[in-house]
Amino acid sequence: MEKLLLLTPLIPIFPLLAFVIIIFGANKNNKLSAWLAIGGIGLSTLTSWLVIAGTIMGGHHVQAEGWRLPIPWMPTGEIVFNMGVGVDGFTAAMLFMVPLVCLLIFIYASEYMEGDPRYARFFAYVSLFAFGMLTLVIADNLLLLFMAWEVMGLCSYLLIGFWFEKTSAKRAGLKAFLTTRIGDVLLFAGMLILYSYTRTLTFHELFKPETLEMLSGTMMWGIPVSALISLLVFGGAVGKSAQFPLHVWLPDAMEGPTPVSALIHAATMVSAGVYLVARMLPLFAIVPDGALRWVAIIGAITAFFGATIGIAQNDIKRVLAYSTISQLGYMMIALGLGGFLAGVFHLLTHAFFKALLFLGSGSIIHAVEHGAHHVNDHHTDPQDMMNMGGLYGRMKRTAWAYFFGTAALIGIFPLAGFWSKDEILAEAWLQWQEAGFMSLPFWAWLAGTLGAFLTALYMGRQIGLVFFGKPRTEAAAHAQEPGNRMTIPLLVLAFFAATLGFINVPFIKGGWLHHFAGEVHAASHALHLEAIPFQVSVAVVSSIVALGGFFLGWAMYRNLKAGQQDPLEKMLGPVFTVLKNKYYVDELYTAIFIKPTVKLATLCAKFDYDWVINPIVNTVGRIGVVSAIISAKFDEIVIDGLGVLGTARFFKWTGKELRLTQSGQVSNYLLTIALSSLTLVGMYLFFIRM
Amino acid sequence: MNIPFILSLIVFLPLLGSIVVMFMPGTKEKEIKNFSIIISLFPFILSILLWTGYDYTQGQYQFVQDYSWIPSLNVRFHMAADGLSIPLIFLTTLLSVLSFWYSSRVIKYRVKEFFALFLMLEMGMLGVFVALDLVLFYFFWEIGLVPMFLLIGIWGQEKDRPQYSAIKFFLYTLVGSVAMLLAFIAIYLQTGTWDVTAIPAMMPFASNPTLAAVAFWAIFIAFAIKVPLFPFHTWLPDAHTAAPTAGSVILAGVLLKLGGYGMIRILIPFFPQTFRYFAVFIAVFGVISMIYGALVSMAQWDLKRLIAYSSVSHMGYFTLGLAAAVYYGDPESQIIALNGAILQMFNHGIITGGFFFLVGVLYERTHTRDLKAFGGLSSRLPKYYAVMMVTAFASLGLPGLAGFISELLVFRGAYATMPAIAIVGIIAIVLTAAYILWKIIQYVFLGEFSPEKWSKIFDVKHWSFGEDMAPFELITMAPLVFGMVLIGVYPSVILRMINHASQIILGSAY
Repeated sequence: MEKLLLLTPLIPIFPLLAFVIIIFGANKNNKLSAWLAIGGIGLSTLTSWLVIAGTIMGGHHVQAEGWRLPIPWMPTGEIVFNMGVGVDGFTAAMLFMVPLVCLLIFIYASEYMEGDPRYARFFAYVSLFAFGMLTLVIADNLLLLFMAWEVMGLCSYLLIGFWFEKTSAKRAGLKAFLTTRIGDVLLFAGMLILYSYTRTLTFHELFKPETLEMLSGTMMWGIPVSALISLLVFGGAVGKSAQFPLHVWLPDAMEGPTPVSALIHAATMVSAGVYLVARMLPLFAIVPDGALRWVAIIGAITAFFGATIGIAQNDIKRVLAYSTISQLGYMMIALGLGGFLAGVFHLLTHAFFKALLFLGSGSIIHAVEHGAHHVNDHHTDPQDMMNMGGLYGRMKRTAWAYFFGTAALIGIFPLAGFWSKDEILAEAWLQWQEAGFMSLPFWAWLAGTLGAFLTALYMGRQIGLVFFGKPRTEAAAHAQEPGNRMTIPLLVLAFFAATLGFINVPFIKGGWLHHFAGEVHAASHALHLEAIPFQVSVAVVSSIVALGGFFLGWAMYRNLKAGQQDPLEKMLGPVFTVLKNKYYVDELYTAIFIKPTVKLATLCAKFDYDWVINPIVNTVGRIGVVSAIISAKFDEIVIDGLGVLGTARFFKWTGKELRLTQSGQVSNYLLTIALSSLTLVGMYLFFIRM
Repeated sequence: MNIPFILSLIVFLPLLGSIVVMFMPGTKEKEIKNFSIIISLFPFILSILLWTGYDYTQGQYQFVQDYSWIPSLNVRFHMAADGLSIPLIFLTTLLSVLSFWYSSRVIKYRVKEFFALFLMLEMGMLGVFVALDLVLFYFFWEIGLVPMFLLIGIWGQEKDRPQYSAIKFFLYTLVGSVAMLLAFIAIYLQTGTWDVTAIPAMMPFASNPTLAAVAFWAIFIAFAIKVPLFPFHTWLPDAHTAAPTAGSVILAGVLLKLGGYGMIRILIPFFPQTFRYFAVFIAVFGVISMIYGALVSMAQWDLKRLIAYSSVSHMGYFTLGLAAAVYYGDPESQIIALNGAILQMFNHGIITGGFFFLVGVLYERTHTRDLKAFGGLSSRLPKYYAVMMVTAFASLGLPGLAGFISELLVFRGAYATMPAIAIVGIIAIVLTAAYILWKIIQYVFLGEFSPEKWSKIFDVKHWSFGEDMAPFELITMAPLVFGMVLIGVYPSVILRMINHASQIILGSAY
């Protein structure tokens, strides 16, 4: 058992090796590069399964307490900071999801990316991405987690801007990196504060009751440090998991190739934020009446508003992007209400069905692109759903997989999303019953339920627009189902989207996942770790809402003709325009953050070199030069002219004048002698008298 | 391995080389170049031996050489190395070897003078890091100025106003140095010794805080000009921009470190209480340098100037770490802060040194550094892109690369001793990412590659290396990139030594 766990550090190493080999050499060979990447993640998947087996066999001890492998890493004064990896039930659950979804995405991408001039580079980047995420889930300390977190930031930058010739793509990459970086800096600050107070960043030491007690009792600037740290850490998650108000980068991230979207939205990047909050939940939970609340509030806002924007988008991937934002909001609601496992469960199921939907949309885009190519049409945007229609007949495999993904997302019984979303809503429902009407859990439940309706609505709209009715363009009429390397991953994902819910069905032992992963935070009493009983009322309400929304969307859009006005636009009017423009948040940020910063930078540069600092230096220099000139003149006129030359001139003049006395006549000399003698005698007499 | 007089060998072998080069006929350019590269390898190898020979069980100063030099003034020839100076000696000798190697391919005129002066410069820098006598320290401090002055003035690009920049650099540094010399003399008159190891015990001016403050600031400003700390930094963009590639590398990589080194070696032990008294004030200037430097960088359109200003920002992290290390705090946080400050110096040396080499690579091909002239080079020059990416991300503090470790330590230390200032400073991290990705990466590498534009800026006359990085350029960058990754992944390789030094320096001062 222990021996299997020893394989843990190898899990991220394989994709890293793939990255290194592709960068240093294999990049000349496209096929080899793709196989290296797939092989790397494939080995990670196998290793992960062995480690999961080890965790299961290790029983409660390993699942709850965790197994760790620390190594001394950095000396800090007398003590040494240990870096290490570890496994517990929660990590093992993530290890089931991450490498498997990555593997399927990689296989899919090996066909999808064919013909791209930077094919090999793509597989190097995605391998590094997988390395980052896998390192993140096995990190046993916050520092390693943060490092992996930032490596993913780098990869998202590289992959979103992968088609950097397009201005929109290069901007999107930059936007993603900088927006998440704001969150990262908050997390960084939170990490430093935590480290300063506790002297450690290793999770199991941080969550010891005495450490938590110390943190909850310490104040800084009048607020408990635990609150400060929790909110800063949450800031990091808000950036990475695209929660309001840092959600703006995620829809733009659609500029990346579609497999990247699947990677970012399902298995890696955005899951990292939820993982972080889930991992740090005991810290949030000790904050008296504070941090968790905010998690739930932000989650509820995001779940609802993300979904509203989703109904007004025409880009097939953008709809899914807002759907991701909204679904991540659900996870945050769960975590914020203390439902650790509800959040984690939804994280796992969402990864599968969202990866499925993204890859499905990729295969639709691919098909439409093919069709456009076929009819020599280069103007049709292959991502615009208004250009699709009637695709069901042309790509049945993709369509069926997509239906499963949609059903899972909107929560149709008994697919995965039903169980996981239901648990979140049930959590909110139960707490609302306790806390009363208009309490936070009530609002969370309401936002979640309305969000569920909107989710079903935009998915119904999407299905109607894409698969039903008549093709609205020639391109769509000639769309073609892609090959097996793209469709088989879809079917595998569809299988999990349908069945994964059963790992945590409340009727079976009160949820297997609860026993496996839920005990991780057993020491924290503020969290709800026991399974919640099945709430029939909640299930009925959300099922009605989901089916109603879906059929409404489907019915409105399934027979939309080309050029016809969007029915929702007709219905909602200006509201629809606001939604379509995403509440103008981007414009707002440009006006209040980006432009002023650039302006400030320009002013600073002017201040530095043209206006103040450098002119002062130059003035000092010039004063030196001027005083040198003055000195030189002074020297020339006064010292040299009056002083040195003046003295010389004086003697020259006196010499010239006195020379006249040297006449050479003896009588003159005698006269001089006589006069001198008389003077001397006279002076002598005068002074003697005195 | 124990080599006698190892420090003298390290310092004076370049001088010997410089003299030999001066006597070689100027027409034998190839021989001069090869000789210089070979002679610079010796100090490099010896500095590795210093590193491996350092004994962690012994006290601070090792490899000591101590002889009487000018007995009437009690001046001694006193040299030694410790955990603070060894990484910096290593950095100096490494960057020197790379500079000689790189320059041997790109310097085309007045070759003999260039290499003779450069070797003399190396001696001056190395001397500062080993001198433990204030007169000797001052001697080396000043001697490095002359060759650098000439390197900028003679081999600078005409359009960058090399004479103006060189004179500005020289005079600015000299102004500081004079104040420093007066303070050294005052210290001597009070204590009767020039010995850096002996003065701390005598606590100069401990009885008179005003005098101590005057002496402290006289020395501090000399070092702050070198670092450079806002507002004493404006010599830097001019000097860095005007200097030839190798000159910029050494300026950024080593000369700036002389100031930082001096603060740690001289100011902490001599004036621990005065330093502590002014620490918050100094930290504020460090943070201003960080944020202001980043903002000014963001507004530049000349790639080399941009990187020059980024040095102001990055050395601000050093100043913050240093100030945090001497302020009131628990010993562990103080040591972490000082570790961060020292490591930041080293990292800045390899990262910004690397940046200047990379700017040189582009400049040799295009004879322009105007960011607006480029675009789309990522697909055109994949090797150059890869090397630049590593350097750029190391500079913006991506975990896994060197810059992150020092930022982490600086902020960790600074947070524990002066939290408000540290939190304000964190803004610089976002700004750094912005100017590096937006200005450098996006303008140079992303976007559409247009051959017409390229051929317009491409000076065909200088087409000597082919397009992507030539092997000699890759060899120049390889050790630096390796260092960035190694320190980022396993910082103990260098922190073990720095940590040992920090413990002793802070332990004996506070």
